[in-house]
Amino acid sequence: MENSIKGEQIIQDLLPRKFKTSGRIWVGILVAICLVGAYAYYRQLRYGLVVTNMRDYVSWGIYISNFVFFVAISLVGSLITAVFRLAGVKWGAPLTRIAEMIAVGAIIFASVIIIVDMGSPERFYNLFLYGRIQSPIIWDVIVITTYFFISLLLLYYPLLPDIKILLRFKEKSGPGLSKFYSFLGSFWKGSHKQYLLSKKAINALCVAIIPVAFTIHTVTSWLFATTYRPGWDSTNFGAYFIAGAFLVGAGSVVVAMYIFRTWYHLEKYITPDHFDKMGRVLVLLCLLYLYFNVNEFLTPFFKMKESEAGYLNDLFSGSFALTFWFAILTGIILPIIVLLFKSGRKPLPMFIVGIMVVVGAWFKRYLIVTPTLLHPFMPMHDVPQMYKHYFPSWEEWAISMASLAGTMLIITILCRIFPIIPIQETLDEHHETVK
Amino acid sequence: MEPENNSRRDFLLAGLVAAGLATGCNPKKDPFEAGADGVQASGKKVKLLSVDGDVIEVDEAFLKPVPHLPDVSNAEARIGIPGKKFVMVIDLSRCKNLKKCQSACNFAHDLNPGHNWIKVNPMKGADHTAPYWEPTTCMHCDEPPCVKVCPVDATFKRQDGIVLIDSDRCIGCRFCMAACPYSTRVFNWGEPDLPASVASQPYSAETSIPQKKGTVGKCDFCADMTRMGMLPHCVSACPNGTFFYGDLNEDSVTNGADTFRFSDLIKDKAGYRLMEDLGTKPSVYYLPPAGRNFPFESGLENDKTQNS
Repeated sequence: MENSIKGEQIIQDLLPRKFKTSGRIWVGILVAICLVGAYAYYRQLRYGLVVTNMRDYVSWGIYISNFVFFVAISLVGSLITAVFRLAGVKWGAPLTRIAEMIAVGAIIFASVIIIVDMGSPERFYNLFLYGRIQSPIIWDVIVITTYFFISLLLLYYPLLPDIKILLRFKEKSGPGLSKFYSFLGSFWKGSHKQYLLSKKAINALCVAIIPVAFTIHTVTSWLFATTYRPGWDSTNFGAYFIAGAFLVGAGSVVVAMYIFRTWYHLEKYITPDHFDKMGRVLVLLCLLYLYFNVNEFLTPFFKMKESEAGYLNDLFSGSFALTFWFAILTGIILPIIVLLFKSGRKPLPMFIVGIMVVVGAWFKRYLIVTPTLLHPFMPMHDVPQMYKHYFPSWEEWAISMASLAGTMLIITILCRIFPIIPIQETLDEHHETVK
Repeated sequence: MEPENNSRRDFLLAGLVAAGLATGCNPKKDPFEAGADGVQASGKKVKLLSVDGDVIEVDEAFLKPVPHLPDVSNAEARIGIPGKKFVMVIDLSRCKNLKKCQSACNFAHDLNPGHNWIKVNPMKGADHTAPYWEPTTCMHCDEPPCVKVCPVDATFKRQDGIVLIDSDRCIGCRFCMAACPYSTRVFNWGEPDLPASVASQPYSAETSIPQKKGTVGKCDFCADMTRMGMLPHCVSACPNGTFFYGDLNEDSVTNGADTFRFSDLIKDKAGYRLMEDLGTKPSVYYLPPAGRNFPFESGLENDKTQNS
């Protein structure tokens, strides 16, 4: 008897809730940022990419940095859901949905921002009419689409038992949402046969998503590494990108964990123990990323090849030095130091470390794209002066901020509609512990 | 395809005959028929020379100037001229940064200011080596990195060695610009400022006209001039004869005044290509700036206009 009361309590705790005033303000702010971005994009469509400050040398700017950033973040879905699941990590279960929501939001805006970067987006269909398989862009289109659908399914299948629970509370969710829930999952009866089928499907997807996740970010790194340019011409790039991606993804999950926990009072479900364990994962990923960074920069620094010297000096001690050392310190070194201490893995310090990792990672992506383009093989000559520098225009900032806001909006909407923590899994776990 | 082709041919013939040029076209429909295009005969006749060498008379009212259009479809432009392999040789000892090549190129392709397909760079090998002026065009590589990465086949390599761009297909992803180690590609960030008569022309990959917003442009080795058996604009514009152009299969290159056997020229003057180590196999060769015609300093004044 007490057991079922406890079960009802869990359901009540975890059901999605309507936005209160603060939630509405949050959504309002995000929508406002998106609208400013939409206006900036309208200007870009009308006048062309000339409204950006990209020019012939820096022909890729913060749009591409943002693209790499989003693809990187989206990898966390595969880490928390698939890697943890296949490795039999039980404690990760309450975090899987957060990770999948972040993955879906990020991968959507990775696709959006890459279209924003196109000079002639109205010809997007040419990719399908005339696509050439030897171009890494086509590889990216194929794997990102695949990854998007696998991520969506990995969000959807584990939701089915929860939707059954949600359908029991029609009066609470209102007629519109209830209709949506029945559309999504009214076929789910929770029978043993369905349960086995779902488990099999989820396992298959978990196996499938890992190579696809590795591929999307490796191919993204190859957009750079298949060129000759100093700073991009590196065999280390695929692994370096993957390591960085898992790090920023895990960092973003930590940030989201903290926000959801405080906002929705989920202290019972996302415990300090979760933070401690995520902290250990994070410090491992930081160390791994540090290792790849050493590989990426130390050997070229040792040799100082003529073609790379300008680029390397600019990073280490030149005009990008401040950003470079900020990204390394904030994004890797300081998190390692903080996380090695047990008290550093408590919820609040973890939240701060998570933000540091994510912010550092964004600047790292900026440094991957821009400095290389400002150090071409041929001298920057016979071009207008402004071609020799790059600082994004307000339109670029507005659109980039809007893409970040848009990702958060998707996550916000998803957590308004669906339980942030899988209800059925929590119930099952609860029953097991009671037994 | 057929009807459209005919009308275009007829249109072209009218223009070419008007200009007094001879072409091999044989129209199925007579464009000079009274009432064609709603033009009324004026009664005043003009004498013209026909394809076969006969003097013919045409009513003046039917003569109208047409913009220069190449007589090739984009499908033909993708194939190139069979049996040819075009190469360029740039003699660095002859260059004094007059930039006549650049202005002729910009004029011929209706390029906007700042969009230089030809750049003339002041180069210096090392601290104690002598500086020299180095004009750069598209290298028309035999292993073109830009063509490899293009996702939609908008930039392509022809059988005569020329690398061109189909601006009607380019999606503006700029991967080719990142891939090109010679930084030769130029992007149309905004709407190009062009006269209406140029902007309304159908795009031709051989003339690279008109340039379009959101697409990439670059040196096209003047494929249209080449098809007519003429030299690229930069070659004929250089008063110092810096640029040589020709066909590798014929083993001859010319700057208009002098013609050399390509293999001898490269052998005698120790010709080389830029960034050979990358394996891009450029079609543009350079002759080292030995025994120069001009001191380096004579080009400095000209460099100030764009690079101060």
